[in-house]
Amino acid sequence: MHGWPLLSLVTFLPLVGAGFILMIRGEPDVVARNARYVALWTSLITFVLSLFVWFGFDRGTAAFQFVEEAPWIPTFGITYHMGVDGISMMFVLLATLLTPICVLASWESIQHRVKEYMVAFLVLETLMVGMFCALDFVLFYMFFEGVLIPMFLIIGVWGGQRRVYSAFKFFLFTLLGSVLMLLAMLAIYYQTGTTDIPTLLAGAGIPPEMQFWLWLAFFASFAVKVPMWPVHTWLPDAHVEAPTAGSVILAGVLLKMGAYGFLRFSVPMLPEATALFAPLIFALSVVAIIYTSLVALAQEDMKKLIAYSSVAHMGYVTAGIFTLTQQGMEGAIFQMLSHGVVSAALFLIVGVIYDRIHTRRIDAYGGLVHRMPNYALLFMLFMLASVGLPGTSGFIGEFLVIVGAFQVNTWVALLVATGMILGAAYMLVLYRRVVFGKLTKESLMKIKDLTWREQAVFAPLVVLVLWMGIYPVSFLDVMSASVDNLITNYQQALADADTPSLATLWSGK
Amino acid sequence: MTYDLATIAPELFLLLSAMALLMLGVFRQGNPTGLVLSLAAVATVITFALVWMQPTARALAFDGLFVRDGFGNFMKGLILVGSSVSLIMAWRFIERENMSRFEFPVLMLFATVGMMMMVSANDLISLYIGLELQSLSLYVIAAFRRDTLRSTESGLKYFVLGALSSGMLLYGSSLVYGFAGTTNFNVLAEILQQAAQAGEAPSIGLIVGVVFVIAGLAFKVGGVPFHMWTPDVYEGAPTPVTAFFASAPKIAAMALFVRVLMGPFAELVAQWQQVVVAISLLSMVLGALAAISQTNIKRLMAYSSIGHVGYALIGLAAGTEAGVRGLAVYMAIYLFMNLGTFAVILCMRQKDRMVENIDDLRGLSRTHPLMALAMGIFMFSMAGIPPLAGFFSKLYVFLAAIEAQLYTLAVVGVLSSVVGAFYYLRIVKLMYFDEPAESFDQPFGREMSLIMGAAGAITLLFFVFPSPIVSGAEAAAASLLAAG
Repeated sequence: MHGWPLLSLVTFLPLVGAGFILMIRGEPDVVARNARYVALWTSLITFVLSLFVWFGFDRGTAAFQFVEEAPWIPTFGITYHMGVDGISMMFVLLATLLTPICVLASWESIQHRVKEYMVAFLVLETLMVGMFCALDFVLFYMFFEGVLIPMFLIIGVWGGQRRVYSAFKFFLFTLLGSVLMLLAMLAIYYQTGTTDIPTLLAGAGIPPEMQFWLWLAFFASFAVKVPMWPVHTWLPDAHVEAPTAGSVILAGVLLKMGAYGFLRFSVPMLPEATALFAPLIFALSVVAIIYTSLVALAQEDMKKLIAYSSVAHMGYVTAGIFTLTQQGMEGAIFQMLSHGVVSAALFLIVGVIYDRIHTRRIDAYGGLVHRMPNYALLFMLFMLASVGLPGTSGFIGEFLVIVGAFQVNTWVALLVATGMILGAAYMLVLYRRVVFGKLTKESLMKIKDLTWREQAVFAPLVVLVLWMGIYPVSFLDVMSASVDNLITNYQQALADADTPSLATLWSGK
Repeated sequence: MTYDLATIAPELFLLLSAMALLMLGVFRQGNPTGLVLSLAAVATVITFALVWMQPTARALAFDGLFVRDGFGNFMKGLILVGSSVSLIMAWRFIERENMSRFEFPVLMLFATVGMMMMVSANDLISLYIGLELQSLSLYVIAAFRRDTLRSTESGLKYFVLGALSSGMLLYGSSLVYGFAGTTNFNVLAEILQQAAQAGEAPSIGLIVGVVFVIAGLAFKVGGVPFHMWTPDVYEGAPTPVTAFFASAPKIAAMALFVRVLMGPFAELVAQWQQVVVAISLLSMVLGALAAISQTNIKRLMAYSSIGHVGYALIGLAAGTEAGVRGLAVYMAIYLFMNLGTFAVILCMRQKDRMVENIDDLRGLSRTHPLMALAMGIFMFSMAGIPPLAGFFSKLYVFLAAIEAQLYTLAVVGVLSSVVGAFYYLRIVKLMYFDEPAESFDQPFGREMSLIMGAAGAITLLFFVFPSPIVSGAEAAAASLLAAG
């Protein structure tokens, strides 16, 4: 495959599929069926292509690979620059894996405007993959922000009852953060004269006073996207109202964009401000983990519960990144991948019974194990992975983050660890109330177990959860060179800053 | 003399064709409107070609009253696109709405000639003549449906307030003349430059004059606090006229704004920058906030245009070449988004009459999916969401603002763009999330679909081929600054 613009192919192939779907004409039934098949095949082929990235990736180097570069807006030196390193590569695969799963999961649950739905998902896939591959500020921002359009439509058109409110809240919250990031990017461009990300990673040399404001601007954007407490409130709304597949993509990939931004921009380009603000991130992460876990305990809506658990799990990620230790950062990235798979699976799990009974209230269920043994088994696996049981993917990420945090601050480690206990509490309660107990509800008497299509949807996720839990090295290998390089550069930049550091500047004021 | 005539060839051609069409209209039997209108559209297209063929080198004509340069050519090209598309959009409308009189296209041509004069003015006198030729034609067009109250009201309001602003402009010009002793831009620039080199502070009377000129120009572009006429005139004027108002005169006035401030008064940048910053800031904020509660789509577009003027003025406030380039890109992209949006608005007809409520767009994605798609593209683009063209237009002006260290302006600008996104999204919501209301009348006419499609394609695909517009704007900005 050498010489092929592999990343561009993976990025833009879904758009070609979307174009095909737009051209389908005919009877509504035929159009819907064809749209589903085109979307499925396009996303599957994209996934297979993205596997070439996985197999062709050189795990020994921190350099960007599969690099493509072409002039785009020459007057500003803005280029079309794509490439992946150990940090971003696996997110590309996560996005390409989850899209076909989403298409399959929506096979029967979406019955109106199927054509537009599939187009929206394929466009979304292009934007997500492009965002993780982009190596130019403007290109990155274009993908980062462009994601809002299809997601806004997915929530608003195919969502639940309060879909309009949620779609607006989602859009405006994230937009508000992003526009400040745009200004920060322009300021960096003005300061350094380039928008090329690898050049900036090699040494941005931004003066400390400027770093302070730039860091805050980036923070505004990424904190909303992650989301961190207290700007997380859009997430439960968006998750609850989005259709199942929308929640899957939202939890699986979109939430990772914020944390990826911290890893790609804040830490390496603004090292001194990062050192200054790390305690703030720890505080917010700890609050997020404990507070949202408690909130999750009180939820009566299954999707809302999982949404709050997502905020808590992303708290591990942000805490892990800002430990700036090898374990903490690798743990954070691993946790992102694991959460991408597990929370996606949990939303699908909820989707399965929602499609049958059409309610997400926990108290509408109970005793499902009697009629749905396969379902109960799968639910248990993903529930335990979310709790962080050893042997599942969730354990590795959380464990590494705690190890990393312990080296920096034992209190942070202790408080973060309480999240594991609280996580076990709310997930086990959810599982007990939905799956165990007597089957007394009238509506549940005739509920059917998983169909073969649903089992096919879950199969790859089960494999991944166990693989990541039992043999995490195959994933940690990919990222370690890049993470190591990131930390070395960070330490180097801090050591090089012979001018009074930002921390002293700030405390001197 | 022949050389002078070659320099003004496009204006001359358009003016002569306007007069010829006037004669044709007067002396031809029957109702000549259709013929005159199509010939007028052809004339604008030919003028566009003439502008295109004009050399970009700077040349003066008529003792420095008139200047031709790359900047002027770029802006004139945009103006002519706006005029010709507005003429085409007006074609069916004036027949249906009882406005079928041949003076309409002729007046549009005269207004266009005025705008081209404004863009090329190199003297306060020729500036004023161009401006008045434009304004007087526009007053009449605004009131063209003289049998309806709304249209006459809008024309009258426009006239009264427009006359006031012309008065302010004239007053400012006379102050400038009184204190500097000349009305020629080149001489003014020289005088101010020499004064600055000698270390003299510019005289206060001159500054007051400049501020009055700015006020007059801000009125013409519709910037806050001189925006009050915009919503009423936009709402009251016949829709194709509103489309015209929102495109060509805006661009002409903006180009004039840039030419006056960046040309003769470039040395006074420290003085006028704060005024422009204030206008820009207020326009962005008011445009975003006031549009939220609008229910009439033309009023909504009026506030939207106020907001857009605010963003474009960021480029002028920067006072740099990058700023002028940003402004030029902004106006070019705004032109296409705006014409497309008004093409959609013109198709909003139920039971053979125009509807203007934004609620009438309800469920458009089910009844007219392609039209909804085009409108969706325009709305997301106006909100500044990448990868659509509107994002890039904002990108360039914000880049200039950061470069000029106008951080407050940039931050307020992006924040008000978030507020503005709300009302653009509201239209998307109506079209996509809500159940269909009554369907619009079919057919729209081929030319409407074509305009919508072309504007939509330009807005959507700008990011693939940004260079034609960006490099054009780049050359325009460079040519303007090289002279100053």
